[in-house]
Amino acid sequence: MSQAAANKKNRPKYLNLTALLFEIRLPVAGWVSILHRVSGALLFIATLWLLFMLDRSLASARDFAFVIHYLHLWPVKLALLVLIWAYCHHFCAGIRFLLLETQRGWDKQSARLSSIIVLVAGVALTVLLGAKLW
Amino acid sequence: MVNRIVVGAHYGWRDWLAQRVTAVIMALYSVILALVLLLGQPIDYGVWHRLFAQGWMRVATLLFAVSVAWHMWIGVRDILMDYVKPVGLRLALQVFVVVLIAGYLGWTVQILWR
Repeated sequence: MSQAAANKKNRPKYLNLTALLFEIRLPVAGWVSILHRVSGALLFIATLWLLFMLDRSLASARDFAFVIHYLHLWPVKLALLVLIWAYCHHFCAGIRFLLLETQRGWDKQSARLSSIIVLVAGVALTVLLGAKLW
Repeated sequence: MVNRIVVGAHYGWRDWLAQRVTAVIMALYSVILALVLLLGQPIDYGVWHRLFAQGWMRVATLLFAVSVAWHMWIGVRDILMDYVKPVGLRLALQVFVVVLIAGYLGWTVQILWR
């Protein structure tokens, strides 16, 4: 058996459900990153729905009134709030990545701080825009 | 000579850069539109319709939509490359995504220049 194969066999395994759920925790920057991906995927799928609403809202005054009425239904509100969060989070996390890629905020402390700022700003902007919209 | 493994036409830097450039375009559009909508007069059908009837708004929105489409393609492609390993399935999903995004773009043009 080759050395690599032997190492592979003896490597301790520590990936069970309890460990994944309660013991192995993602650092804050990891949360920003995975949520950036999740929010991006969500926005990709939701574009179909958002385009539908843009289409109706610009079709005629009657259709515009329908969209306004539609936006006040609570499931629609909830879905739109999730999308607003997705947009805001994606926006803030994206700016953080651009700064990191231009070599700003690389030390551990600033990287951690900027992650927390992104997570908080995403939620704060959602609350603000949500309050403004309804 | 740099020892590189040939993986295709290029190494992804062009996509990487395109994703950043489109991100900046979208960010600028978003901030400007948000300010116009939040600080302008309350939105009724007339205000909304007149806003999208202006030439600059249509062109800016089209630029935004093209950026979204391009950015989205790179992002979703990356997700599929990370999680979907069988080549046939990945190709099928990628074709579906391209068709869907092209449809989004076509629909946007139709909405803007109706």
